[in-house]
Amino acid sequence: MSDWLQQNLFAMLQNDAVVNALQAGTVVAVVTAVLGYFVVLRGLSFIGHAVTDIGFTGGAGASLLGLQALWGLLALCIAAALGIGTLGDRARERDVATGVVLAFALGLGALFLYVNTRFVSQPFTLLFGSIFAVDPAITQVMLVIGALCLGMMAVLYRPLLFSSVSPESAEARGVPVRIISMLFLVCMAAAVAEAAQVVGVLLSTALLIGPPATAAFLTARPGPAIALAAVIGVGEAWVGITLAYDSYTWPPGGKGWPVSFFITVLALALYLLARLGQPAYRRRF
Amino acid sequence: MSDGVYQSDPARSLLRLDQVALQLGGHSVLRDVSFTVQPGEFIGVIGTNGAGKTTLLRVILGLLRPTSGTVQVFGRSSHRGNPAVGYVPQKQQFDPETPLRGRDLVALGIDGHRWGIPWPSSARRSRVDAALRAVDAYAYANAPIGRLSGGEQQRLLIAQALLATPRILLLDEPLANLDLRSASEVVKLVARIGREQQVTVLLVAHDMNPLISVMDRVLYLAQGRSAIGTVEDVVRPEVLSALYGYPVEVLRVHGRILVVAGTEVLGGGLEQDQHAHDHHVVQRSGLTRSGI
Repeated sequence: MSDWLQQNLFAMLQNDAVVNALQAGTVVAVVTAVLGYFVVLRGLSFIGHAVTDIGFTGGAGASLLGLQALWGLLALCIAAALGIGTLGDRARERDVATGVVLAFALGLGALFLYVNTRFVSQPFTLLFGSIFAVDPAITQVMLVIGALCLGMMAVLYRPLLFSSVSPESAEARGVPVRIISMLFLVCMAAAVAEAAQVVGVLLSTALLIGPPATAAFLTARPGPAIALAAVIGVGEAWVGITLAYDSYTWPPGGKGWPVSFFITVLALALYLLARLGQPAYRRRF
Repeated sequence: MSDGVYQSDPARSLLRLDQVALQLGGHSVLRDVSFTVQPGEFIGVIGTNGAGKTTLLRVILGLLRPTSGTVQVFGRSSHRGNPAVGYVPQKQQFDPETPLRGRDLVALGIDGHRWGIPWPSSARRSRVDAALRAVDAYAYANAPIGRLSGGEQQRLLIAQALLATPRILLLDEPLANLDLRSASEVVKLVARIGREQQVTVLLVAHDMNPLISVMDRVLYLAQGRSAIGTVEDVVRPEVLSALYGYPVEVLRVHGRILVVAGTEVLGGGLEQDQHAHDHHVVQRSGLTRSGI
C-alpha cells in the first residue's frame, strides 16, 4: 500500500504540470485565506462573489484579445472592487442595481466567449478553472501579486481589524476608514482573480470563504484563525490536485475530473465537520 | 440656560460648545447648542429620536464640522483622533461565528489605529486584562464576541474605549436594547469608572430615568437646541416648552419622570426605542394603568 502510494506520488511530482499546479494552488490558497478572514469578519461574501462575476467578463475579453485571461480578470475584478468601494455601504443597500450590473457583465462575458473561436475549451476553463493548464510564467506572476497582497495586509492588519469590527470607534481614533476599505477591496479583488485561475470564476469564493469560515468554528483568535484558514486552504488545494491527477484513471476515462469539483467538495466537507465538531464550550456562549 | 453651580469657571472647562449649528443635507440638525462641561462631571444627554444626540457626539469627536459656532476640547478646537476623547458608539450586531474574541476587540483600544501587526507582550496583555477587570468582563473575555449578550458586548466596547486613557468618554445610547437590570448595571459601571479613573462622562440616552441617581447634570436636546443644568433646573415645563417650541408637561409617576406633549411621551418614556417614532406615542392613560 505504502509502496503504491510512494510510487504514485513520486510519478505525480515528476510531472511539470502537477508541480506548477501545486505551486499556483498554494499561492492562491494562502492569499485567499488571509483575505478571506477579513471577508468573513466584514460580512462581504456576496461582494466577493460579485467581484469575480464581473472579473469573468474581463477574463473572457482578455482571451478574445489574445491576452492571458489573468490580466483581464485582474483588471475587471479591481475595477469592480473600486466601484463597490466608492458606493460604500450603499452597495449593499443597492441590491437590485448590483444584481442588474452583475447580470449585464455576465451577459457581456458570454458574448465575448461566443465570438471567441480560438479556444474551444475557454468557457469551461474560465468558469470552472483548469489548474493543470496554467502557464508557468503566470504562476510566477501570481506569486508576485500574492506576495504584494500579503505585504499590504501585514501593513493594514490592525486598522483593518479595527475598522471591520468597530468602524465608528476606528474613525474617531483617526483611522482612515474609507481608504483602508478601498485598499482591502483591491487586495481582495486581486486574490479572487488569482483564485479564478485555479477554480474558475464561479467557484473562486469557495477558497475565499470556505477555509476562513471553517477556521472560525475552531478558533476565534484572529492570528490563529488566519493561520488555520491558510493551512486548511492549502490542504484542500493539494488534496484536490492529487485527486484530480489520480482521476485520469477513473471512469469515464480519458480525462481527469475537474480540480474545482474536489476542492469545493473538500471545502464543504471540512466546513460541515468543523460546524458539527466545534468545541463544546463554544456552543455555551 | 442655567448652568447651575457649575457655571463659575470657564477656564477649567473640559469641553465647551458655543452656539453650535450644523446642517446636514440642507436639514438643520443642530441650531443652537451651547454648554460647558467641567472635569469629572457625569452628563446625561437626553432627547428624542432625531434631536441630534449622535450628531452632537460626532461634532465633539471632530468627525463633523459645525456650520457655525465653536467646539473646544481642553481649550483647543476639536479634532479627529484626539486620544483624550473616548467614544463608545451605538452597538452593532455581531454574527455568532465572528472570528474575534472579546479580548481582541478590547485590545484594539490600545493600538488599533496603528499600522502593522501587533506583537504580543506581557505588558500589552496585562493592560487588556486590567481594562477587562475594570468593566467586570474578564470572565467572558475569551468567548467569541457574537456569542455574548448586548450588555456584555457593551462592557467590552467601554473597556476598548478606556484603553486609550481618555479624559472624556462619550457613550452613544449604551442602554438601547438592554433590559432594565442590564441597563442599570451599565449605568452604575460607567459612573464608577468616571469616579475611579477621573473620566468625564457624556452618556446619550432617550430615557433619563436610569441616569437620575448618577448624573450631575442633564443636557436636554430638542429641535436642535440645548438646555443644561440639574434635573430640577431643566426638566420643568417652562424650560422644556421653550426648547420644544410648544407646550410640554412634566409628569412624575411612581418616581419616574415623563415628559409629555399632548398624548406623546417625549422623554423618560418606557420604550428602548431604536426603531421608530411611534414608540413614543403611548397613551397616557395606558401608562398609568400599567403602573409605570
